[in-house]
Amino acid sequence: MELTGAQALMRSLEMSGVEVMFGLPGGAILPVYDPVLDSPIRHVLVRHEQGAGHMAQGYAHVTGKPGVAMVTSGPAATNIVTPLCDAFMDSIPMVVVTGQVAMSAIGSDAFQECDTTGITMAVTKHNYLVTDPADIPRIVAEAFHIATTGRPGPVLIDLPKDVSNATMDWYWPDGVDLPGYRPRREIDPAAIAEAARLIRTAERPVIYAGGGLLKARAAEALRELAEMCEIHVVTTLMARGVFPDRHPLCLGMPGMHGNYTAVTAMQQADLLINLGARFDDRVTGNPAHFAPGAKVIHVDIDPAEHGKVRVPDVPIAGDAKVAIEALIEVLRPGDGSAVTDAMADRSVWKSTVSGWQEQYPLSYDQPSSGHPLKPQYVVEQLRDHTPDDTIVVAGVGQHQMWASQFWQFDHPYTWVNSGGLGTMGFAVPAAIGAKVGRPDRTVWAIDGDGCFQMTAQELISASAENIPVKVGILNNAYLGMVRQWQELFYAERYSEVYLSADHPDYVGWAEAMGCVGIRVESAEEVVPAITKANAVNDRPVVIDFRVDTEEKVYPMVPAGGSNDDIILGPEGDADAALKGSAPS
Amino acid sequence: MWQAVVSGPQGTNLSPEESAVVSLPQEPDLHIFAAIVENKFGVLARIAGLFSRRGFNIFSLAVAPTADPSYSRITIVVDVHNTDVNQIAKQLDKLVNVINISELHPSDSLERELMLARVGAVDLEAVVDVISEYGGEVLDHADGEAIVSVSAHPDRLDRCERQLRPFGLHVLQRTGRIALRALDADEPAVGMTA
Repeated sequence: MELTGAQALMRSLEMSGVEVMFGLPGGAILPVYDPVLDSPIRHVLVRHEQGAGHMAQGYAHVTGKPGVAMVTSGPAATNIVTPLCDAFMDSIPMVVVTGQVAMSAIGSDAFQECDTTGITMAVTKHNYLVTDPADIPRIVAEAFHIATTGRPGPVLIDLPKDVSNATMDWYWPDGVDLPGYRPRREIDPAAIAEAARLIRTAERPVIYAGGGLLKARAAEALRELAEMCEIHVVTTLMARGVFPDRHPLCLGMPGMHGNYTAVTAMQQADLLINLGARFDDRVTGNPAHFAPGAKVIHVDIDPAEHGKVRVPDVPIAGDAKVAIEALIEVLRPGDGSAVTDAMADRSVWKSTVSGWQEQYPLSYDQPSSGHPLKPQYVVEQLRDHTPDDTIVVAGVGQHQMWASQFWQFDHPYTWVNSGGLGTMGFAVPAAIGAKVGRPDRTVWAIDGDGCFQMTAQELISASAENIPVKVGILNNAYLGMVRQWQELFYAERYSEVYLSADHPDYVGWAEAMGCVGIRVESAEEVVPAITKANAVNDRPVVIDFRVDTEEKVYPMVPAGGSNDDIILGPEGDADAALKGSAPS
Repeated sequence: MWQAVVSGPQGTNLSPEESAVVSLPQEPDLHIFAAIVENKFGVLARIAGLFSRRGFNIFSLAVAPTADPSYSRITIVVDVHNTDVNQIAKQLDKLVNVINISELHPSDSLERELMLARVGAVDLEAVVDVISEYGGEVLDHADGEAIVSVSAHPDRLDRCERQLRPFGLHVLQRTGRIALRALDADEPAVGMTA
């Protein structure tokens, strides 16, 4: 069967199981947009190519399937570089197709030409420039294989216009042949045995649960391990929800804005069991002072993570779920006795940890009526007045941290955010992608006013495509996190951070985009507005929550500082905290 | 790239005054990696880009197709002064087009590098005296200049280069080293799980 390259591309996407793609057409990708009309794949038309990329990411986050985006050459390709980099940093499976000028024009500075594969080389797991239409099925099959196996990531396919127009004899490859790509790694039994030995003898162990556990679909295995061994779990920003916040062993989020107990438990641990995390600087603070007394077990499917930041005592290269199951197998006694019988006495540690939890909970002070409305209160009310399995999507900044801190995540794949790259504007398009992937779920974006202004136009896409997401803007009229740093570290010299609460008029803007717009200015109005928003299911909703400009995110470990120097905030007694009754 | 005397843990046979000729801000710590890669366009850019963005310092790089022209063999000499050797190998191994990567230890490897130089040769015999010690040859000679070719172990090439310098080293082109594991050497021990 003879197909054009364009038809072969769409056919190959169908063969790869693609159900939805996000994109925007243009000159060089025009040939491929013709067979889009005949394809069963749903295409969501975006208003800006960055939106297509973040939608694909949101879709991938909540479904576990690769997100797919397609845009044209030149400026469209450069517009999608940010989502590619975001997906690369957070290991999100994604396949992006870009149009390219005709082969004969490549290198001539043709209209809308850019060196897309050159530009994206550093932000993709792999990329391709297609030079022969006969290669299209093979390349698409390889792209999905690479994007979804091993450590997931984005793959880009750059497709010149003449290659789309040329014909090829259709085929679909039986498999992929990539001699240099070996994503499967067998778990080393000796490393598992050594890890089990460290777990048995540790007096102050902490499981450091990372986003890799979600990629490995390892939430249940993690829970079994934690419960069997009675080990506390911290869940990083990328791992929120992989272990239920309501679980008695859950300590919540560690890191720069982690809670006191999570930060301090890691800091004073004698064993860190890192499962699919990467010792990010937002978790470790100054790595030279991070968890100084801890031995480290590090499970990662990417062996290059071993020793990149912290040299592990026991590196385990491989799939986190397989590794955890192997650990459970080794740790479980044959005679049916409790696993903990064979372990060191941890009663002192457990009481120390619960003492911290009692003494240093996350806190804020919402005045009983009226102003100022606290952003944390808004997050708590959203949490309490939405379904238990609501998907929460955040942008980047203060609102992101408050969402992570004050939401209660009890299910995996209910939290979508930009962790590694920290992409402002992520929330609106990612929420749309998440809702497309899970139309059965309520999807709330908790956004900041600065973030919202970066990508809000995608709500037009959502209105047009009938994707009823809900957006709560924590509108503090500032680039709040930058303002917080300027207040704390730049002597309150506020440089270029004021945005105004009134401009734009978020309600009017929402309505202009086909959404329901609601404004909330006091605590009393919060719950009625949320209830009203939850009742809308035929269009997006935007709530403009006017929140306290002065509110800051605490606790906080100053950048580059030691996690021992955690600042609890105005209500907390930091000195007392630092003297906390830690075991030696 | 530096005009550097190679000295360091890989062991050289230079006398103390020879290795003290050039002073560097830091002593380089050179390691040799051999990578077999798919012979496709862009692969060299991927490798160079990886080194650049991870902050690895390439000292020299030589690349050409293998006996099977669908693959190329790349010899990369890296200054690992501020870098973990294993990180370099592991990050390189993540590139889809890299088939395998191994570290070649100088003690069990054979290294060569080729130099072409245009030197002052008013006294051609003196130039010939120098290069013949290294098995070199004169390729061209005219108007008091000569183009010479020398192939040798890179450390010996450094020495030859220094000895040619007084004649006037008008143009110098070195290829960067290539290396093969010696026949009786053990297989590589770099942390590759492939």
